[in-house]
Amino acid sequence: MRKSPGEAFRPSPYRIIGTPLPRFDVADKVQGTTLYAADWRLPGMLVGRIFRAVYPSARIRRITVEEARTLPGVAAVLTAHDVPTNVIHEDPTGLGLTSFATPVLTAERVRYQGEPIALVAAESETQAQAALEAIKVEYEPLAGVFDADSALEPGAPRVHEDRNNLLIHWKLRQGDVKDGFGRADVIVERTYRTQRVDHAYLEPEAGVAWVDGDGVVNIRAATQVIEHFREIAQILHLPHNKVRVIAPFVGGGFGGKEDMTVEPYVALLAWKTKRPVRMVWSRQESLLARPKRHPFTMRYKTAATQDGRLVAQEIAILADAGPYPLLSPRVLFAALVAGSGPYRVPHVKIDARAVFTNNVPTSAMRGFGAMQVTFAYESQMDLLAERLGLSALEIRSRNFLRKGDRLPTGEALETSVALPSITSRAVEALGERSRPSGPSARVGRGFACNIQPYGRTVWFRDRAQAWIGFEVDGSLVIRSGVTDLGGGQAASLVQIAAEILGVRPDRITVHIGDSSLTPLAGGTFATRQLYMSGNAVLRTARELRAIMIPVAAALLEAAEADVQFADNHASVIGSPERRLALARIVAECARRSVPTAHLAGFQSAHAAPVDLETGQGKTFPDYTFGCHAVEVEVDTETGGVTLLKHVACHDVGRALNPQSVEGQIQGGAVMGAGQALMEHVALDAGVNLTTLFASYLIPTAMDVPDVRAVVLESGEGKGPFNARGIGEPPTGPPLPAVASAIRDAVGVRLEELPLTPERLYEALEAARQEKPEGAA
Amino acid sequence: METAAAAAPEPVRLSFVLNGHPVEAWVAPYETLLAVLRDTLGATEAKCGCGEGVCGTCTVLLDGAPINACLILGVQVRGRAVTTVKGLGTEGTLHPLQRAFVAHEAAQCGFCTPGMLLVAHAFLRDHPHPTRDEIRAAIAGNLCRCTGYTRIIDAIEASAGMREDPSGSTV
Repeated sequence: MRKSPGEAFRPSPYRIIGTPLPRFDVADKVQGTTLYAADWRLPGMLVGRIFRAVYPSARIRRITVEEARTLPGVAAVLTAHDVPTNVIHEDPTGLGLTSFATPVLTAERVRYQGEPIALVAAESETQAQAALEAIKVEYEPLAGVFDADSALEPGAPRVHEDRNNLLIHWKLRQGDVKDGFGRADVIVERTYRTQRVDHAYLEPEAGVAWVDGDGVVNIRAATQVIEHFREIAQILHLPHNKVRVIAPFVGGGFGGKEDMTVEPYVALLAWKTKRPVRMVWSRQESLLARPKRHPFTMRYKTAATQDGRLVAQEIAILADAGPYPLLSPRVLFAALVAGSGPYRVPHVKIDARAVFTNNVPTSAMRGFGAMQVTFAYESQMDLLAERLGLSALEIRSRNFLRKGDRLPTGEALETSVALPSITSRAVEALGERSRPSGPSARVGRGFACNIQPYGRTVWFRDRAQAWIGFEVDGSLVIRSGVTDLGGGQAASLVQIAAEILGVRPDRITVHIGDSSLTPLAGGTFATRQLYMSGNAVLRTARELRAIMIPVAAALLEAAEADVQFADNHASVIGSPERRLALARIVAECARRSVPTAHLAGFQSAHAAPVDLETGQGKTFPDYTFGCHAVEVEVDTETGGVTLLKHVACHDVGRALNPQSVEGQIQGGAVMGAGQALMEHVALDAGVNLTTLFASYLIPTAMDVPDVRAVVLESGEGKGPFNARGIGEPPTGPPLPAVASAIRDAVGVRLEELPLTPERLYEALEAARQEKPEGAA
Repeated sequence: METAAAAAPEPVRLSFVLNGHPVEAWVAPYETLLAVLRDTLGATEAKCGCGEGVCGTCTVLLDGAPINACLILGVQVRGRAVTTVKGLGTEGTLHPLQRAFVAHEAAQCGFCTPGMLLVAHAFLRDHPHPTRDEIRAAIAGNLCRCTGYTRIIDAIEASAGMREDPSGSTV
């Protein structure tokens, strides 16, 4: 039933694009030779550690570090006073509306448990630990805000003394919802809650920093964004060109290494001690204090006419941002744009807000706001279908967006919206229904569709660059400042250049992730990297080819249009015997002073910011659509849910490497299934209860079935070769699909995640006492 | 004030066999095998994912059996044989399991991969003809956040299949 790796996925008009090329980085990774951030060693390297706050909300009366400074082996103990510029300035909306200053080390006020207060560098782990234990902080615990709902109540404690707790309020207004509700035959209104989730990449945050002879501060760290060198320079009060960030292959990011992690701290310690410093966070530190996925409370009021057509949707989203903005405003903006789902709704009103609390910060995580809303809008579609006596498929089919339709933001969908075929293929691939495994077991099925943007919001004027050059032996070098999180970001660039320049992949070396030595390409986030740097490499390769083709044509005595670059050679199309090694072409270019290297970039489509009162305007470059179908078994005695089957279908435009695409879909689907069924960062008045991997549970191989990835290629998308982004899209649909399957199995619909046995058991008990069944 | 550094006990001499080669090191008696491997011997192919024995990322083989290197002290392996992923293949030649992981793209970020390969290797040695569910159970102590496990199981299954192939040819 499973495809063998050599099996063709679909005929491709290309030589290299569309083939399941083995990734060069995977060959390194299976041998254990890849040097991740924590694997880096330099002579004389110190151990860096962070002293973190114990309380979630407190005033700091006094910090005493003198004793720690005198301990053997301790090279530095730093507090806020030692940081040249102790703030990171953030523009939370990207629109220049307000500026927000987040402390690097907090000095007077603790706003979340685990907030950094001091830094230590010492010769050994033990000495660093001893120094941490010798630091004394006197706290005055304060009242805090520990849930989003109460953050805006009058009299709620202020997280920041100088402003109220509302961080952002985005508005979307399309049509007239009052009018829409007036013409509706059915209205369903529900409140859905998603939980706080940890990225749980297997590689904890880590980095090594050192200062070069010319005063350049180098930071080699596990990061998604090398462009943070500018913020680090501001913290150190150095010119931007005196800080360099290097990103080695990253052990998973998922948005959690999009904000800075160790970088400013390890840079400060190296800058202060003038020695190399390594900082590796423990798993427990990571679970305690790293930003998480936002918990959302989503109130949805959805209306349809008797024939199943949506007429209006009124949505209020409230998210817990923790105490600092980070990327919360942008996460909420994505929720705003995707809030009404992949459906045509004439009248839409959405309010999306994020509030400050004293809980652990929240920021980017794969799916970025557009995944949480999937749980709400798809559950609403199921409820409407039940009320109207339509099938779940039928009600969706009557409302699916089509190419050319406008989103509630007023922007038109410019590429294929293949939802009907995506959905039917996902549902069909579930195959025969499983039989319950015992008398108390019930089997159920559900599916859910989604819309997820790829690329940055258009007002950021996103840009990526690449340099490509031939070596004299005909081998090829690519330089592009992408970061590789494991999704094949570097390998895909090799594949694109190989296709255009005719160099075999094993003759191409790609240098990535160095803010000083590789042309900047932007971070790996927002499902933008293939779209942006892929297009940059494609453009650069095409332009380099155009520069070199005339030389090849002259040597081959052929028309330029008849020359092709393939298989390490330039040859005449139709006359395979007339060919020359690319090295020969390179030599001839040198003789004629024709360049054999080229730098070029790709600029994403850009537009003015949306109207802030109505949310009208162009928002994201494009969207990816998908549908997941699942089958579950529910044990009615325990409330336990077993995921039996999971099919995930997405239109990826074109699959550059089908295996990599399948891998992205499978991994994203399981991340979504983990959020649906088990994951939960538990806080008690701001105190984190899940700071062990033994208490924060992610799916093991026993918790999830094989994920069948169904790759649909519409041939339309804005990435290279018409690819669409696929990194984030698979995370959302599992949330409502699993909830829907549980409803199908036992007649109970849960509106709060995760769908734990306790929660389901209680709902089953309530249903058993209420009766009759069916009134969800 | 008494500190951990002041109270640190004398280092002890430790010798064992790492990937077939005898090694010697001076280690603190409280150091984990993982710390000895990574910080003293430079065997950074053993990764630290949690340090609490949950994620399986630090898995190595001790006399052929998979263990969490973060849960055992370095001094406990005195005179014994430790295998990391670098002991799987031979110089320049990938082990069939490693080849299967490449062919099936069973690694994405690759951080769990060394531990995953060692567990799979020990499992296949004892269970040459496993079902997919048996493979699932075998790797349940090794977390992966990227792949969703399907391709890892594919690769292990394919590798087991290859062993049955009398010609010995691989992917």
